[in-house]
Amino acid sequence: MLGLNKHDAMLFVIVLILTLLAPFLLNPFPQGSSLAQFNAGYPDLMQRFVIYGIFAIGFNILFGLTGYLSFGHAAFLGMGSYAAVWIFKLLTYNVVPAILLSVIVAGLFALVIGYISLRRSGIYFSILTLAFAQMSFALAYSVLSNPKFNLTNGETGLQVYSNDPQWLHRASLPDMPHLFGLSVRSTYTLRMNGWTFDFNSGYYICAAIMILMFYLSIRIFRSPFGMMLRAIKSNQQRLNYTGLNSRPYTLAAFVISGMYAGLAGGLLAAMDPLAGAERMQWTASGEVVLMTILGGAGTLIGPVLGAGFIKYFENIFSKINDNVLHQWFAFLPDGMEDLMVTIVHPFIGKGWNLTLGLLFMIVVIFLPGGLVEGGQRVGRVFRRRDRKASGAEAEAARQRRTPAE
Amino acid sequence: MGILEVKGVNKRFGGLKALSDVNLSVRENTVHAIIGPNGAGKSTLLNCLVGKLIPDTGSVMFDGQSVLGRKPHEINQMGISRVFQTPEIFGDLTVMENILIPCFARRDGAFRLHAFENFAHEKDLVEKAEAILVDVNMIDKRNMHSASMSRGDKRRLEMAMCLVQEPKLLLLDEPTAGMARADTNNTIDLLRDIKSKRDITMCIIEHDMHVVFSLADRITVLAQGTPLVEDEPENIKGNPKVQEAYLGEAAH
Ligand SMILES: Nc1ncnc2c1ncn2[C@@H]1O[C@H](COP(=O)(O)OP(=O)(O)O)[C@@H](O)[C@H]1O
Ligand SMILES: [Mg+2]
Repeated sequence: MLGLNKHDAMLFVIVLILTLLAPFLLNPFPQGSSLAQFNAGYPDLMQRFVIYGIFAIGFNILFGLTGYLSFGHAAFLGMGSYAAVWIFKLLTYNVVPAILLSVIVAGLFALVIGYISLRRSGIYFSILTLAFAQMSFALAYSVLSNPKFNLTNGETGLQVYSNDPQWLHRASLPDMPHLFGLSVRSTYTLRMNGWTFDFNSGYYICAAIMILMFYLSIRIFRSPFGMMLRAIKSNQQRLNYTGLNSRPYTLAAFVISGMYAGLAGGLLAAMDPLAGAERMQWTASGEVVLMTILGGAGTLIGPVLGAGFIKYFENIFSKINDNVLHQWFAFLPDGMEDLMVTIVHPFIGKGWNLTLGLLFMIVVIFLPGGLVEGGQRVGRVFRRRDRKASGAEAEAARQRRTPAE
Repeated sequence: MGILEVKGVNKRFGGLKALSDVNLSVRENTVHAIIGPNGAGKSTLLNCLVGKLIPDTGSVMFDGQSVLGRKPHEINQMGISRVFQTPEIFGDLTVMENILIPCFARRDGAFRLHAFENFAHEKDLVEKAEAILVDVNMIDKRNMHSASMSRGDKRRLEMAMCLVQEPKLLLLDEPTAGMARADTNNTIDLLRDIKSKRDITMCIIEHDMHVVFSLADRITVLAQGTPLVEDEPENIKGNPKVQEAYLGEAAH
């Protein structure tokens, strides 16, 4: 199907269905119940799931396949956002030109930064990309924001003002980002005894793009080009002595992943027309590394899982405060309750990064293959109970490893 | 005039003179063996031919063109493939993928952005890869993860990766080192077979005299970075200088 083998096609269809049904699946608890705080089905969060999913899928094409670890990919995310907001300011609120420019701008910068950074490999490559990203951050934060030439609007962030030209804007169009007139904020809310489900057009725009990007990434993974990238990770010297020039291959992977990042940045701006320099900071670059490794670097689905996992828990943990904790531990005697709240307190709210750090350590130490490996281990336990199924799976695995099929 | 002409090559590593004034001429469609004791500079010489090292002085001409200053992938594209002393393969990839990569390199050159192409449309290359796997007796291992194979299999795989490129010159650095007798004989048969089936020039470094004398058309003896003699195998056997420098030593 669509040039995919059986196994990949199945994975693609599963991702497609889960993404389309996300508004249902992510709101399993009725509104007003005590568990409703674990719901994730609101437009804003769902949009972030798929946008960061795109970011991580692209990052994985570079890091997962070639092993080149970029510590500066957030720079392309930020550039994408700035490019999109400039389109909103100058031309139109339609997201199509904005996203196209995001991808182009990020691609061009990736070409330059990649060309220079890829002269080195290993840790030196990582440091070079980090240096470029911090330079971009400094440029965006202060240098390119002065009264004479204000490209980024510094600390405040770039946004759309009512006196911006918006040459192609028409009165009949929504006064916010839209897709040919369909506002990204328009939401249809379905209520069914206590449950509410939000179907947001912005989410579905992002979701459709993520599905397409996921499909492209499967094709890249299974293409001869993807095989060359894996060969670079495996033994770059052998590749060179086999007559292949690894430099353009890594550069192509770098540019493709930069364009994915730019696309994600453009979509972030399209959902909320604002671009700030903090989006380019090294913490943001580190986050996509965590997402990819946590989910499973080099696997197809891993980065999407990692992105969803981190964004979900970031949201949940940031919302929990001491009051919520007191409710949770109310069943304990008073002294114990206070003790538990004191112990858990550093890990919630602003302390979410602490929790993330711990989670990351646990995964790297016990599950180096990430969540995907975790899933496979669980799968193996089940399979051991069912001999027949295990034979079929092994057969599928064999076919997967054969590029010719 | 040989297909490979090495003239006056010197190479120093700090104070060590690894190669001094090496001249070598390899004629087309012959098997040229380079023998010599450990540390004689044999691997260093090969490294100078494939762009891994650049000689301090001297010239290396292949097929009428200088290889000096060219990158390894450019030299490979000129038609030189090399088997390393310790097998260099793509350990994370399957045997089949290991063979397909050189096939793509030969057909598409040093770079091509085939990012959205499908292996299903590469029937020709897949067939070619399968044929070479049959030749080296590894077809049943085509989907195996190559890192998990035995050392002997890795060597055969690396050899197949080079052969599938149909190079004008194949360089082999101790292709039977660490192999059991049976495997060594298989390798000799394989190389003989290749030589009889297609036009190929080989330059082979070898420790095993049995291998050398059953394959080589010409032999160069290298000792302490300098060629002692170059001659036909029969004459080498009886040469007292060689006995002293190499064969004598090996007999101890
Ligand atoms: N990269 C290097 N740096 C320093 N010395 C080297 C290097 N490569 C080889 N040598 C030295 O050069 C000499 C020749 O080595 P080599 O060509 O590997 O010998 P052979 O392959 O004939 O056994 C040895 O003394 C070795 O230690
Ligand atoms: Mg050697």
